Amino acid sequence: MNLLGKLSWEAVPFHEPIVMVTSGVVATAITAVLIWVLVKGYFPYIWKEWLSSVDHKKIGVMYIMLAMVMLLRGFSDAILMRSQQALAMNAPGYLPPDHYNQIFTAHGTMMIFFVAMPFVIGLMNFVVPLQLGTRDVAFPTLNSVGFWLTATGALLVNISLFVGEFARTGWLPYPPLSELQYSPGVGVDYYLWALQISGVGTLLSGVNLVTTVLKVRAPGMSYLRMPMFCWTTLASNLLIVAAFPILTATFAMLLLDRYLGFHFFTNDGGGNLMMFMNLIWAWGHPEVYILVLPAFGVFSEVFSTFSRKPLFGYRSMVIATMAICVLAFMVWLHHFFTMGAGGDVNAIFGIATMIIAVPTGVKIFNWLFTMYGGRVVFHTPVLWAIGFVVTFVIGGMTGVLLAVPPADFVLHNSLFLVAHFHNVIIGGVLFGAFAGYTYWFPKAFGFKLHEGIGKAAFWFWIVGFYVAFMPLYWLGLDGMTRRMQHYDVPEWRPWLLVAAFGAVLIAIGIGLQIWQVVYSIRHREELRDLTGDPWDGRSLEWATASPPPLFNFAVLPDVEGEETYWVVKRAARERASLSAEPKYVDIEMPRNSPVGFICAFFATILGFALIWHIWWLVIAAFLGAFATFVVFAWRDEHEEVIPAETVARLDRENRASRSAALARLAASS
Amino acid sequence: MIRRAMNRPQLRRRRETPLGWSLAAMLTPVLLSGCSAALLDTKGTIGHANRTILIDSLAIMLAIVIPTILATFAFAWWFRAGNRKATYLPDWEFSGRIEMIVWAIPTMTIVLLGGVTWISAHQLDPAQPIASDTAAIDIQVVSLDWKWLFIYPEHRVASVNELVVPAGRPLHFMLTSSSVMNTFFVPQLGSMIYTMNGMQTELYLQADAPGTFRGISGHYSGEGFSDMRFDVKALSAEDFARWVNKTREGKTTLDAASYTELAKQSINIPSSTYGTVERDLFTQIVSQKLAPGPGPELAREGISAKPEIKP
Repeated sequence: MNLLGKLSWEAVPFHEPIVMVTSGVVATAITAVLIWVLVKGYFPYIWKEWLSSVDHKKIGVMYIMLAMVMLLRGFSDAILMRSQQALAMNAPGYLPPDHYNQIFTAHGTMMIFFVAMPFVIGLMNFVVPLQLGTRDVAFPTLNSVGFWLTATGALLVNISLFVGEFARTGWLPYPPLSELQYSPGVGVDYYLWALQISGVGTLLSGVNLVTTVLKVRAPGMSYLRMPMFCWTTLASNLLIVAAFPILTATFAMLLLDRYLGFHFFTNDGGGNLMMFMNLIWAWGHPEVYILVLPAFGVFSEVFSTFSRKPLFGYRSMVIATMAICVLAFMVWLHHFFTMGAGGDVNAIFGIATMIIAVPTGVKIFNWLFTMYGGRVVFHTPVLWAIGFVVTFVIGGMTGVLLAVPPADFVLHNSLFLVAHFHNVIIGGVLFGAFAGYTYWFPKAFGFKLHEGIGKAAFWFWIVGFYVAFMPLYWLGLDGMTRRMQHYDVPEWRPWLLVAAFGAVLIAIGIGLQIWQVVYSIRHREELRDLTGDPWDGRSLEWATASPPPLFNFAVLPDVEGEETYWVVKRAARERASLSAEPKYVDIEMPRNSPVGFICAFFATILGFALIWHIWWLVIAAFLGAFATFVVFAWRDEHEEVIPAETVARLDRENRASRSAALARLAASS
Repeated sequence: MIRRAMNRPQLRRRRETPLGWSLAAMLTPVLLSGCSAALLDTKGTIGHANRTILIDSLAIMLAIVIPTILATFAFAWWFRAGNRKATYLPDWEFSGRIEMIVWAIPTMTIVLLGGVTWISAHQLDPAQPIASDTAAIDIQVVSLDWKWLFIYPEHRVASVNELVVPAGRPLHFMLTSSSVMNTFFVPQLGSMIYTMNGMQTELYLQADAPGTFRGISGHYSGEGFSDMRFDVKALSAEDFARWVNKTREGKTTLDAASYTELAKQSINIPSSTYGTVERDLFTQIVSQKLAPGPGPELAREGISAKPEIKP
């Protein structure tokens, strides 16, 4: 028996220069960063303050950092695809099919699971406890475990680039192509184990946030006083809790097929691929709403804050959000109308899909009426929000068009479909993520992002988006299907060249975003916000300092109505003074714990060993992860106390700068 | 004017507007194809109907989408912070009348579109026969790794990577797959349908007039997917009969043995025909009496092989 299972030096693709150069650059970069961290002596700080932190704010920030790094990976895949298709007219291009097929699979997997998901989960993690007026999420250590397991998944997918291969099946591994008979390599195993592990992380995060919204709120924060973002978080995480177990079960069945010769989805032995399609989309369609609902929440906050008005039709918005949450589970079949299920089935699922457009339309109109009668300030988040409304309305329209079965019969799986879902995922989820990132960045770090560079990035992104994806709609109408490594229709070429140019514009947008962060960090003193309320916000996260202290609020707020902080602030402005200083007491906070990080370390080894059939290592890694939990379960002290004096000192600093701001306001008016 | 332009030395003209010319060269096919996207330039009964539904649905939705987009720009611009002419309503957060309208407008749109959906999903169901004076011709379709097999059960002939059909007559396709999923799709003729191993799907299409159309697989199926294209040749009744007779003269036979050989993975093989086809071969494929096509080998431990490309 081979001690290393299937693994050997042959797994490293020495003969593929593109891969080897990439690996070399990435490996060098990682080593350089590690050496820099060690030499500068930053390691204890990073370990104590970040890797072992159970603070929801730090974890939220780490989720978003993960998403941004993975966005670079996913986007470089996109550039490879666009350039391949620009070249491959009656020609092989520069990426052979086996490589190209891995790239589009990795692009979809990365962008959905390791960009969009961590980005929205990161925002929810950071913002929700602050908006609810609490000290942390319901299960802080679990939160850390969830994050690190997500990071494990991302790491495994990236390892596949250098050791072995990634799946060549498309981002959802439809059997029988993904079965052992048609995909005998480790690619599909990398995909499955990476997503099984990160899926557990996502589920834990979902359980945590649902519990937080339902059970951990400030006194007086009744459901109908919660900010809209908390409602969309609740809806999104209810969907996670309901949908992710389906994903896990489906992948478990496919793994049983591949590892133990079961026949859930095989051609023979009574397996049925149609079961996989139904199950994967029973997860897959809710997933779309898991991503987009938090983005809707961000836009609700942004429109209201920057229109200087409350959100219009709050209760209507709540009903619409929860309606979307329920309807999301009733439409999965529209992903395979072309399977031939018959008129009744197709019509019912088509109409169910369209019904979702009603609450979504209501949301759009309510955002418009939030602007109506407002004083709209065009800060970067508002640009993203307006860009979103326009783009998302178009994407929604093409989505409803695809829900009409006879239209889908000719557009299914075409580039029209590709254009549609990029239209809603970039225009909806990603624009929402960027709006939220710009909006809450000063809350997280105490200084704003540079406005000018942010606006330039927005314009490159939105123009780039239209240039890159509108041609794909047309190509879909001209019968071009997705995932083509080469083609022989000259009429397609110009459109693909335009699309490639659009990708370049987006690349410039991303470059500007990187520059924006670097520039803003270097000029942070000019961009500093001392008050903790840089945008004249309305919800509770703006009531505390930026960055918020570990305990979020010196004294838990007492909520007396919607838009709590706006009411308090208005009263303070009328009096021209802050409310009386509260009585400070000791605060108990959960202790940091490295259990998430260590557990993820073992999970990475576990996943890798399972992929390569290194069974002894599987057992060892599993025992390691289990032991980590046992040690954690037996620890004696769960909390540490922050003395009242520290709380008072920190809060007085913030009160002082707020008083100063109030005085300036009084002087100017 | 024209003559003068033509008399100019070519070199100079190129140097003057290299960008303009390359742009023009790039855009010409775009403009030419402007009115002939495959799905808009349909050539068959089903395709026409799909196009009508597509355009009608789009029109219904544009009626609400365009005003919404315009309102977005209008509201954002008029209520900009700098515009002191705009009324500021800092506490305006609810209006029952507006709520009723914002729920009603999308609901009514969806009621209308839902009606279109219900009727069209039934009328255009792929398995719904096309009303016609002439009887439909049965054609059995098998997707293989990575080519298409078309069997004509009435005529006991078959072809690979080329579908020859009579124009003006309904085509009744019965489809299956030898291995992984694919989608049978002729964009200009209309609806596509999945092919799945061990299962049979049904599809009716019709080509109005003789012509050649592009056929593809619309569902990614692995290494040779991009080359899974075939020509559809619609012929007049006489020409079709002639083609059948000519094909029957061919010596090759499609039986279990030659099918198993054909089912092995190959990419970009030229079109060919079989003069005879074993009876019930399609049934044997659908019922899995003939085993599903083999997949690729492992190139080395953990890494899938690139399939051997034949010929």
